[in-house]
Amino acid sequence: MTPITTPHLGRRSFLKVTAIAGGGLLLSAYVPFGLSKEDEKLLADFVPNAFIRVTADGKITIISKNPECGQGIKTMLPMLIADEFDVPWASVTVEQAMADTTKYTGQTAGGSNATPSNWDPMRRVGAVGRQMMLAAAAQTWSVPVAECTTDAGTVMHKASGKKATYGALAATAATMPVPDQTKVPLKDPKDYKIIGKFTPGVDNRAIVTGKPLFGIDVTVPGMQYAVFEKCPVFGGKVVSANTDAIAKEPGVTKCFIVPGGAVLSELLPGVAIIADSWWAAQSARKKLVVQWDEGKTATQSTVGFAAKAKELFAAPPIKTVRNDGEVDAALAKAVKTVDATYDYPFIAHATLEPQNCTAHFHDGRMEIWAPSQNPISGRGLIAKHLGIDATTIDIHMMRNGGGFGRRLNNDYMVEAAFIAKEAGVPVKLVWSREDDMRHDFYRPGGHHHLKGGVDAAGKVVAWKDHFVSYGTGEQFTQAGNMGAGDFPAGLVPDFNLGYSIIESGIPTGFLRAPSSNALAYVMHSFIDELAIAAGVDQFKFRMDLLAGISAGAKSSVDVERMKGVLQMVAEKSGWGKGPALPKGRGRGIAFYFSHRGYFAEVVEATVSKAGGVTVNQVWVAGDVGRQIINPSGADNQVQGSVMDGIAEALAQEITFENGRTKQANLGEYKLLRMAQAPKVEVHWRITDNNPTGIGEPALPPVIPALCNAIFAATGKRIRSLPISKHDLSWT
Amino acid sequence: MKISFTLNGTPKTVNVPEDMPLLWILRDTMDMKGTKYGCGIGQCGACSVHVGGALQRSCQMKAAAVQGANVTTIEGLSPDGSHPLQKVWEELDVAQCGYCQAGQIMAAAALLKTKPRPTDADIDTAMARNICRCATYNRIREGIHRAAAIAAAD
Repeated sequence: MTPITTPHLGRRSFLKVTAIAGGGLLLSAYVPFGLSKEDEKLLADFVPNAFIRVTADGKITIISKNPECGQGIKTMLPMLIADEFDVPWASVTVEQAMADTTKYTGQTAGGSNATPSNWDPMRRVGAVGRQMMLAAAAQTWSVPVAECTTDAGTVMHKASGKKATYGALAATAATMPVPDQTKVPLKDPKDYKIIGKFTPGVDNRAIVTGKPLFGIDVTVPGMQYAVFEKCPVFGGKVVSANTDAIAKEPGVTKCFIVPGGAVLSELLPGVAIIADSWWAAQSARKKLVVQWDEGKTATQSTVGFAAKAKELFAAPPIKTVRNDGEVDAALAKAVKTVDATYDYPFIAHATLEPQNCTAHFHDGRMEIWAPSQNPISGRGLIAKHLGIDATTIDIHMMRNGGGFGRRLNNDYMVEAAFIAKEAGVPVKLVWSREDDMRHDFYRPGGHHHLKGGVDAAGKVVAWKDHFVSYGTGEQFTQAGNMGAGDFPAGLVPDFNLGYSIIESGIPTGFLRAPSSNALAYVMHSFIDELAIAAGVDQFKFRMDLLAGISAGAKSSVDVERMKGVLQMVAEKSGWGKGPALPKGRGRGIAFYFSHRGYFAEVVEATVSKAGGVTVNQVWVAGDVGRQIINPSGADNQVQGSVMDGIAEALAQEITFENGRTKQANLGEYKLLRMAQAPKVEVHWRITDNNPTGIGEPALPPVIPALCNAIFAATGKRIRSLPISKHDLSWT
Repeated sequence: MKISFTLNGTPKTVNVPEDMPLLWILRDTMDMKGTKYGCGIGQCGACSVHVGGALQRSCQMKAAAVQGANVTTIEGLSPDGSHPLQKVWEELDVAQCGYCQAGQIMAAAALLKTKPRPTDADIDTAMARNICRCATYNRIREGIHRAAAIAAAD
């Protein structure tokens, strides 16, 4: 093809940013001034938007804009584009975008948001590209565009028998006007060739052959390595440190104090050690002596928190979140009542790749390589703490070795940037596992005092919850909140939810299915207790609860979808069928709505006479709408979420003493291992709703389903997590 | 100290502190990033390599012990990524984040050497020291069985 000439470039450089449905953004090629030879060559190619690139030799590149943390987005978003662009998946090379607000929106991995917010926009990105290829072919052949069709990266004109590949049409297509993306035709779902097909991850080859891929794998010429020692007590400050002595340790090039600030999610005070290898920096650290001003959190402990919770339960809640009817009167009238206190601990994310970031301040710009779930927010932190313009910060979005919400915070990013600027060389900061465990943003613990009542017909008529959470004043700590729409609000006629707060200086944050991962456990364990009090089957009791939505009551749950998955999981697991299980073996059931997804799960567990718990199998029924985009990724996410929940329930607990985290490594903090992993059977209930995300919503129900199974097996009710601290032995 | 050893079939000599673990020699001195750091205390298995054909946590092996050893990492498991486990891992889409998978594959490869057709119980035992934080265990198990079947058919 003849390369297009500069006038075209001039025209194309004026194409505009266009907002598209669902909060997305479509940006036509951005043409910088002062083009290099490489840029000129690039612009002879077809680049209809910031997501697609087709070169004259037919190479098709699709850019994935979102951070990849194991949720499969780097594969899924390009699948949406490729299907509507109508190119064979095997012909596509996927490239990771830079963090770039001039081209993209929503470059975040959180809240299971990427599917609902990109389902429509990404397909339209592909469809725009396809329309431009059709237009290019029609112009080249002087035929009406309506007579042209596409298939597998080729445009065809049936009447004349003409055919041209996208590569051959690329230069002409690049001169075509960009059609209105809100009006481009989209495929009939029956014509999907990629969407809905089992599609392995685009990085699989690199993963199985050990290619550098993750943040921690970054190497920059001249790079040095850093460790960063922060106060073990949250919010503590450096008074002094033996930095001069440390700077003389083998391999160490620099050691200095980072003043930092007081916000726990930003740049904190500490001591940086820079060396020619990470091992040298970490070895020198053993000789580091820091005098800390530990601050007020030094008096806080898990034991103290528990005592405070007890004290708060003795008084009324400080705030009412929701009140429906007359709960005390309803409790007094109820035929059966249950009164129980539940609690769950703080837990850590423990991504297997510890926090890390590489930074290089050069030519007046800060270049960052970070495994972050939320890089744009990290850019803001760097700008704030280094006093540099955010537009001078370039962030390479490295693959995250697990996210689970931990990397929504960018503390490691601002630390690396500060240390690298101070050091004057490229620096890779790598946290040790101990740093990672002790400086997490933990899923906050919580305490609930519940009272519930059932009527003569066995239905829940009263529900009262005094929630004791953590925070400051009347303010919930992050992810320690409960709202007026939280289950089972709206499903019980007489309902009251109030809360109190334990003053805490512990940093908390979002962890996979935040708040739901704790609340589902409490609510569905308590529902189990009520069902037993009422003498009603656990499945039926829950169906009745969902049927009992009171007139005028508001619930965030679409009860029909919820009942649908509950029914489905009962059928798939054979709930209530077959012979009764022997003592020591039991089944539990639960459902939950979170992150727009409807999930119901059945767990079968065995408890040995000695009290050891084995999860035998989990059945899952999920409803995330009309289309499972990548069945491989979807099943992976559900299985992972379910096992994540099982691991949390079985043994995970972070405790504090003197304002510091007691657990330091994976010996004390138990992640799930092969022999503990149950078979997880996943079933999808397809409903006519827009597709939603699945990184999170499958997690919450599994915890109560497991605890309920343990009750069925042993008669022992788990009112406090983790399960490992209870004696479950039986005779 | 000067350490000479064989890495993926090639003789190498490096000058490193004698207490430096093989993990960091591989990652930082030799720029071989396939072997991962997860815990540094031999709990997670992300750093699994083969030394003298046997499974070894490279974070637990000091430089001095590497002298003269024959080390194989994920980069050298096969010349072109064609080990049955690597192929199966790709097809089955085992990985989620993928960070632990080099270690999982090295552990599984060591298992298949001693037990070409492992049972589920063999897999539980052999893989007990490799954590997958994303919990891809169902597919790891399936992957090992499938790779064993492929190797048996060849």
